[in-house]
Amino acid sequence: MKEFLVGKLNWSDLPHDWVMFGGTATFILTFIVALVVLIRTNKLKWLWNEWLTSVDPKKIGIMYFISGGVMLLRGGLDVLLMWAQQALSSGDSRGFLTAEHYQEIFTAHGNIMVFFVAMAFIFGLINYIVPLQIGARDLASPFLNTLGFWLFIGGIVMVNMFFVFGGHYAATGWLAVAPLSGKEFSPGVGVDYWIWSLMISGIGTTLGAINFIMTILKMRAPGMKLLKMPLFTWGSLCSMIMAVTVFPLLTATLFLVYFDRVLGTHFFTTLGGGDPMMYTNLIWMWGHPEVYVLILPAFGVFSEVVSTFSRKPIASYKSAVAGMIGVSAFALSVWLHHFFTMGAGADVNAFFGIMTMVIAIPTSVLVFNWIATMYKGKIKFDTPMLWFMGFVAIFAIGGITGVMLAIPPIDFQLHNSLFLVAHFHSTVIGGVLFGIFCAISYWFPKFTGIRLNERIGKLAFWFWVIGFCLSFIPMYVLGFMGASRRLDHYDASTGWQPLFILMFIGGLVIAIGVAMQLAQILASFIQKNKLRDVTGGDPWNGRTLEWATSSPPQFYNFTVIPQVSSVDAYWEMKQQGIQKPVYEDIHMPKNTAVGIYISIYGTLASFAFVWEINWIIVVSIIGIIVTFIRRAFTEDSEYTITAAEVQKLEEKRIKKSLEDDKHKADDSEEEMGVIELVKFIINFVLNIIKNKSWRKW
Amino acid sequence: MVEHDVVSHHQAEANDRVMFGFWVYLMTDLLMFSVLFAVYAVLHQNTAGGETGRQLFSLPLALTETLLLLTSSFTCGIAMIAARRGNKNQVLIWFGITFLLGLAFLGLELKEFSTLINEGNTLKSNAFLSSFFVLLGTHGLHITIGLLWMATTLIYIIKRGLNSSMVRKLTMLSLFWHFLDIVWIFIFTIVYLGAFS
Repeated sequence: MKEFLVGKLNWSDLPHDWVMFGGTATFILTFIVALVVLIRTNKLKWLWNEWLTSVDPKKIGIMYFISGGVMLLRGGLDVLLMWAQQALSSGDSRGFLTAEHYQEIFTAHGNIMVFFVAMAFIFGLINYIVPLQIGARDLASPFLNTLGFWLFIGGIVMVNMFFVFGGHYAATGWLAVAPLSGKEFSPGVGVDYWIWSLMISGIGTTLGAINFIMTILKMRAPGMKLLKMPLFTWGSLCSMIMAVTVFPLLTATLFLVYFDRVLGTHFFTTLGGGDPMMYTNLIWMWGHPEVYVLILPAFGVFSEVVSTFSRKPIASYKSAVAGMIGVSAFALSVWLHHFFTMGAGADVNAFFGIMTMVIAIPTSVLVFNWIATMYKGKIKFDTPMLWFMGFVAIFAIGGITGVMLAIPPIDFQLHNSLFLVAHFHSTVIGGVLFGIFCAISYWFPKFTGIRLNERIGKLAFWFWVIGFCLSFIPMYVLGFMGASRRLDHYDASTGWQPLFILMFIGGLVIAIGVAMQLAQILASFIQKNKLRDVTGGDPWNGRTLEWATSSPPQFYNFTVIPQVSSVDAYWEMKQQGIQKPVYEDIHMPKNTAVGIYISIYGTLASFAFVWEINWIIVVSIIGIIVTFIRRAFTEDSEYTITAAEVQKLEEKRIKKSLEDDKHKADDSEEEMGVIELVKFIINFVLNIIKNKSWRKW
Repeated sequence: MVEHDVVSHHQAEANDRVMFGFWVYLMTDLLMFSVLFAVYAVLHQNTAGGETGRQLFSLPLALTETLLLLTSSFTCGIAMIAARRGNKNQVLIWFGITFLLGLAFLGLELKEFSTLINEGNTLKSNAFLSSFFVLLGTHGLHITIGLLWMATTLIYIIKRGLNSSMVRKLTMLSLFWHFLDIVWIFIFTIVYLGAFS
């Protein structure tokens, strides 16, 4: 009976060591505090109507950013734990983490950073910016978009679920290589958590990617031919095409692993004719292109930023497009370089080694294109440009070490060493993460109508770059000295400890950088009158269509769909003078909660799959089917705003923005620094205590 | 009148986008099947001492299944012609026949599975049977979803009549059905004919 009701759930699996219990308490407390605040301020309904059920890609984009930001802190905390352990655990000292716990942390770190931080921000950016850049009012299927987002949230829930329901997370490394991930070697539920968090967020990604392909290919403004699309949209298109190509492979592979574990099949087992090596192939056929899914939109961001801040068009638009297409095409034929040591033979290794070196060519085309764009440009060194330059330097190191690793004989020496870890962090942090930071500092005025604080922003950038060098240059060195990855303890005679301590210090410096970024956003909102963007939505003198809208854009993006005749569509509009709009009827999708319901059922089903509670599986699958059918046969999912209403909304917006502009403080007020911010916060808190203002809440 | 034109133009564009998106979805599904086919190709000789496909499969049964599914694709095509002409009764009749043929296919497939399992050849037996059951099971699951989809759409057509949005749903359904037919032809060729070659 108990087995029927709760499956394998067990009291004894609940978290009982202190580090993990801290996580549990943090999660539950945050949730309760958020709920209480929302109820006390009567915001619950507003949150549900305006945000959670919204199908507006701009709001969904912001929700992606927030969840990605929270997960960045969560994954970053994992890093500090790991590096502190490595700095301490030498010789007789065993540090403060058990080997098992250490393994769970690096597994979770990898999964969270790739799936729930990088993917979150990339999808958020594509959601927000792509419709604006192509002159569209919404996405091809707004429903698929909210469904994709909520499945992604389901993935976040699954990856953190062990904090609440117990068991452990997978201790297998982020790709759970077979046969280690089989029942025989990983008997707990950790790998199942891993499978299902990736499964539902992966399905969400596939749906989202299909949607963006439809949107970009079918909904561009009249006159915007493929070769007139902004480069960020090109990067997103390439990335999404790759995503629909490889994410189905991930879904299928995950199902096979799950069947191996629960149904007792023999796909990747060591017995019964299974083939563990096939798993390595399948997972990397998805896993390698996945990093290009992440980097291509970032390449798009850099292309936009470098051209805007050099105040000239990109040096060669067509070669940039060719570079992106080249990267995505080659990216599908390099996966075997992750396991040259598997023994596929010299010919196979040579082929994949050469392909890996070839992929450096389109990438270099892009990098040289950006550098050529800066040549003779009037460069402005605002924070987005700083992130771009930091990217060029760090990504170049990552690229060069990548070409080194692509040579099979060298790879045999460096395989699984810290050198490899340093290499892919150079590309992923230098490329993807800096790209995201660059994008956020570039488009923040579009999101909010406020510029970001430059003083703290520049500080954050330098902390990040210096912290990065402090931690990853020692890591390269350690790799050459023979330190392998995923090491929780090493012998004192190796002499590695000083370098590990240096890495930990670098980690702390990066943590200060992250704190600065949060401070930057906070300070910008505090001084929002000073930093208000009074240019009507075009603070950087931009070139592409997103700057033609107000900041933040109206929910229908464009009052009039623009006519496009060149790559820098908005630049051309500005040259020719912007015409007075003629209003027309606008069709917009209605908000819907169906995405949330399906995701709740999906998450419940995943939870039940992990703990093998069959009745919940059956109920939630029926729930998904019924909800889906009802949605499919709902006919009125749209509404119309008449031209007169549009005119009224526009006039209201213009009036409000003129009024807001009057509040703009004059330029004599200084931008806040960190010290002023701290003073401000202390005063703020003191005021609350003095006036006892909590009574009013 | 003009108003109506604008709305229907808007609707036509939306239909066009949805159809395109559905094609992209079908390609992702195809990629999922491609993984299962690749896995079958790698593992089909790994019987770990068990019986091979040649000993286990019955070619006449597989041929019957193939013919059932091919015929159902044909009737599905006729139903779509009727749908484009707006002939509700013919749509119901021909999709009804398609549904029954699909059901018969599913029945035969389940019978084949149960025979195998009763003889002790389950998906736990060896890698060959694991990949066989999962490949065919995934196809069978798709057929089941297709049947469910067909049944609900037909019920809604009876209730609401055959309007343009129903025709669009039927077009997507027929694409899905033909797609499953193509996947089955590959299964028939690679799994069954391959075992006897």
